[in-house]
Amino acid sequence: MARDDTSEVVRLEDVKRHYMVGGETVKALDGVSFTIGRGSYWAIMGPSGSGKSTLLNILGCLDRPTHGHYWLNGVDVAGMNDNQLSDHRLKNLGFVFQSFHLIPQLTVLENIEMPMFYLGVSPAERRRRARELAERVEMTHRLNHLPAELSGGQRQRVAVARALANDPAVLLADEPTGNLDSATSIQIMGLFQELYEQGKTVIVVTHEPDIDAYAKSHILVKDGLIKKIAN
Amino acid sequence: MNLDLTYYWPFIKLGATDVWRHKTRSFLTMLGMVFGVGSVIAMLAVGEGASQQALESIKRLGSQNIMVSSVKPAASVSAGSTQATQMEVYGLLDEDNARIKETVPGVSDTVPARMVRRAARYNDRALDLRVVETVPAWFDVVKRPILAGRVLKDEDCTGRANVCVLTEFGVRNLLAGEKVVGQHIRLGSALFEVVGIVKNETGGSVRAPDSDADVYISMDAGRRIFGIASIRWVSGTRQGEKLELSEIIVRMKSTAVVEPGAKAIAAMLKHFHKKPDFKIDVPLSLLREAEKTKRTYNIVLGAIAGISLLVGGIGIMNIMLASVTERTKEIGIRRAIGARKSRIVVQFLINTCVLSITGGAVGVVVGVAIPFAITLFSGMPTLIRLYSMVLAFGISVGTGVVFGLYPALRAASLDPIEALRHE
Repeated sequence: MARDDTSEVVRLEDVKRHYMVGGETVKALDGVSFTIGRGSYWAIMGPSGSGKSTLLNILGCLDRPTHGHYWLNGVDVAGMNDNQLSDHRLKNLGFVFQSFHLIPQLTVLENIEMPMFYLGVSPAERRRRARELAERVEMTHRLNHLPAELSGGQRQRVAVARALANDPAVLLADEPTGNLDSATSIQIMGLFQELYEQGKTVIVVTHEPDIDAYAKSHILVKDGLIKKIAN
Repeated sequence: MNLDLTYYWPFIKLGATDVWRHKTRSFLTMLGMVFGVGSVIAMLAVGEGASQQALESIKRLGSQNIMVSSVKPAASVSAGSTQATQMEVYGLLDEDNARIKETVPGVSDTVPARMVRRAARYNDRALDLRVVETVPAWFDVVKRPILAGRVLKDEDCTGRANVCVLTEFGVRNLLAGEKVVGQHIRLGSALFEVVGIVKNETGGSVRAPDSDADVYISMDAGRRIFGIASIRWVSGTRQGEKLELSEIIVRMKSTAVVEPGAKAIAAMLKHFHKKPDFKIDVPLSLLREAEKTKRTYNIVLGAIAGISLLVGGIGIMNIMLASVTERTKEIGIRRAIGARKSRIVVQFLINTCVLSITGGAVGVVVGVAIPFAITLFSGMPTLIRLYSMVLAFGISVGTGVVFGLYPALRAASLDPIEALRHE
């Protein structure tokens, strides 16, 4: 089922995610519903074990809900097969991870190019856009360096550039400052702020109130349920 | 299937980087491929060299020829005979020659020959030679380079002149550097003028009709001077034999009629000869035989190559499984970004192929170097065929794909969430 309401980019309806562990059902998410409007800036907060990571995996199309529906960019993810899910991630999502997750053998430029490579963008166009994105995150001076030669903050900037390479509908950041010192954290959050101001939809998952404070809207997850939504 | 090379290039580059990053590990892994491919090419080259030599010596006999020769029947020696002289009569006759020529279909010509060992003398030098009494056509069938003078002519058969053709070997040992053509040598009791010298082929694994210790005279001269009976003293008794022809070389019109011709000759001779005193050799059949042997050799070789490549392939698979574990996180990242499983499979297959092809390429170099060294140090002929290199290269790609498939599928089946969490 497709929804044509273009003002909302994420819509969850009674999403449940249950696991079977040793014959017992673990209810990681037990009926979650919310919508996120296009061009908004959200933070998802919650202590560890709250179901926050499960929610992140579902939002990131890495996992499917066992019950309910999730529309990302107007398309219902529930019932997609692995290939459809992969393609959906490739086209609509940009990931920023806590530990950067750059590919160590690839240079900065090659890391930024990677999503475009899977999208089938021509090599020349890939290179051009990767340089453009590197410029946007102020990493043009390190294009041919390997991730190991960069500082944490620089790696995260490269990761942001990579997340933008497919021009995603949603930028999904999982504890993006978890491995950074406070000065670098401020730089990275400033970058997200900039992207939000340019019209990107940003969702940051965190347990730090400082980071939560950057967002314009907030969701609190606890015990697999949403405790509070604040706009 | 995407056939655009630019699609695979990043993976090829990545595979090469990976091989380079683990130089020692990659080298040790590739050794299996190197020896597998190297030994295939080297063994094929040695086998080809040997069979090429055998085939050439068979071809020298002439694939259009049938060799019919006289054989002394073993049963005809009557034990405890009181006769002082045993005269054995056996072998091919002039009539057989005429019958073959006239009745067997497809015969282009026949060359009868009678070979008897006689002492040859020149001044005080003596040499045991095989006197070949034959017709001029011998030299058309057994083609040998003429070093000096001429070979036998038709006039030599009808005229009264005793002429002979010597071999290079005979010249060297009997005349030893003296003016050769026009010189006279003594064969048995008669004098012969040397009119020419031919170079004879020696060596080779297959019996040739000629030998180096030959001297050729016309059949008529032989009959006129020596007759067809020969008597030898063996441990107190005289042993004699009557033999008209030692050999008939039958030249057929084409290779297609060689085998049916040989059958017809055998049937005809069997009818006229009550004793089994002849045998038939068909060089073409020997050729077939040699080719069959070569095929068998190739099958054995293929099996050995298969086993060594299997071992090499297992080594590669082992290392690729380790690589998949090592790169779990990378797989997770690629999957999270949106790479389909098939993309991961392709990536790891290419990685395995980079490894196996690099090993295969080094193996080709080794495989070419070994036959060179063999020929250089032992003088054994070797022959490197292009197909063996193409084959070896194809096999190394095949090994990469076959043994890379399992690790690649395993990489693709990893759960992206689990893979990302992997440390």
